[in-house]
Amino acid sequence: MAKVISNMHLNEKVGLLEVECDRGGRPGQFYMLRAWDTYPLLPRPISIFDCTDHSIRFLYLVVGEGTRRLYQLRAGDNLTLEGPFGNGFPELSGKIALIGGGIGIAPFYYAAKNYENADVFLGFSDQPYLVEEFKQVSSSVTVNVGGTILDTLSFSDYDHVIACGPEGMLKAVQAKQAAEQTTASVYVSLENKMACGVGACLACSTKHTTGRKKTCTDGPVFRAEEVSFV
Amino acid sequence: MIDLSCNIAGISFKNPIVMASGTFGFGREYSGFYDINKLGGFVGKGLTLHPKEGNNGTRMAETAAGMMNSIGLENPGIHAFLTQECAYWQSLDTVRIVNLGGGTLEDYRTGAELIQEHEQSVRKETGRSSIDMIELNISCPNVKEGGMAFGIQTDAARHVVRAVRNKTNLPLIVKLSPGAENLAEMAIMCEHEGADALSLINTISAMKIDIRKRKSVFEHGYAGLSGPAIKPIALRMVHQVAHAVTLPILGMGGITTAEDVIEFIMAGADAVQVGTANFINLRTGPDLIEGVTAWMEQEGVQSLDEIRGIIKLI
Repeated sequence: MAKVISNMHLNEKVGLLEVECDRGGRPGQFYMLRAWDTYPLLPRPISIFDCTDHSIRFLYLVVGEGTRRLYQLRAGDNLTLEGPFGNGFPELSGKIALIGGGIGIAPFYYAAKNYENADVFLGFSDQPYLVEEFKQVSSSVTVNVGGTILDTLSFSDYDHVIACGPEGMLKAVQAKQAAEQTTASVYVSLENKMACGVGACLACSTKHTTGRKKTCTDGPVFRAEEVSFV
Repeated sequence: MIDLSCNIAGISFKNPIVMASGTFGFGREYSGFYDINKLGGFVGKGLTLHPKEGNNGTRMAETAAGMMNSIGLENPGIHAFLTQECAYWQSLDTVRIVNLGGGTLEDYRTGAELIQEHEQSVRKETGRSSIDMIELNISCPNVKEGGMAFGIQTDAARHVVRAVRNKTNLPLIVKLSPGAENLAEMAIMCEHEGADALSLINTISAMKIDIRKRKSVFEHGYAGLSGPAIKPIALRMVHQVAHAVTLPILGMGGITTAEDVIEFIMAGADAVQVGTANFINLRTGPDLIEGVTAWMEQEGVQSLDEIRGIIKLI
């Protein structure tokens, strides 16, 4: 059981939840959060937005009953969290582009803090949020609203590219990688429905060029060219 | 002194809490969170003769008090399991049960033969076992061909149980489908064909519709419902089967709390299997063992035999 420190509502559907927790984690990893008794049934996988020695922050979008319950939490409320799960982002050096679309920006605050030389690209369909916070952890933050964030950069300017966002955007990342014939290594962080988070249920198993992979324990970060989007 | 132990088909269980197939991987997945040797036992992910990719599209959805899955028996195949996982299983001190699935009678027969031969040679070489029992899955609702028909029709099921029984002397549990045309008849058939135990119920075939897309959420239309939503149905079926046969029964279906375990034991189960609850709380196993012990202490019950099958109908 963990205690909520704060739950900031960034707009009517996006919240930033801070929870007492000393378990930490690496950028790109996630926790399973549960802040209810019997309904909904399952915990929700939410990626780490930021970590300190004593707390973890989670950026989340309200999409259903579970995240709606998270949105209602107040300072002092209790929740259970298990984790950290997943492999997180790889150790990388060189020039890195972190590309987040919508709630897919969530893992890149902590990532930008940890990578030495990372440019951040944030794409929003509507009103942007947390842009000033991202500017504190990266000297280069590019924001796009209503358009395609991928149009604002060339992968070939980077040694490594990591993207997280809606499936349509990740497909476009694959297409851009192929079109540019870039030598940059390109990674995508996938989101998927999960029941267990530990690789037992296979609900999050998806097709890759190298066979089926579990988003939770094999990922959630994969080489972009290995993912087979349907 | 409270005694949680039970014996099923000559196999001794420390306690009646057994983790159900498809929810516990091959054991390793949960071993980092608690000592899985504390469990009465566990059933590995359902295995088929050949590796199986499972279903495409949405594989899991939540519903009120339940979850639906359409994994489609994704598994590495029996050969990969035997070569890659059995050494780990051999290192464990809990009852280890292989879940055997299949699409055709021949699949089941050959699968059982491979498991039998492997286990025989492991025991001969090392003097220790790696697989204690086989659970025969004739009731997976999420594979298009084979499995489910075997689970529904008694005569079709008879052929599978007989074929597997002839190929292995490992204790054989048959996992029954709630969709069986006649559940009691199915259970009696299993007893006649030499099954050593029964487990029930598998998930219930169910449906969820995406009203925006105006189609079923799942590619195959239907998916298996599990979780607390199905507990009352499962409990009734366990009670029914417990009165139809003398075989030991592993009851399952929506068990989430220690009280749920007690209900199943009172309905006639010898042990229980716990599935979906592992997803709600990954430490469900030790929590249930502790909870059942506490209930017994509170109620002055020394052994589960005192309450097993005590629910009679007028």
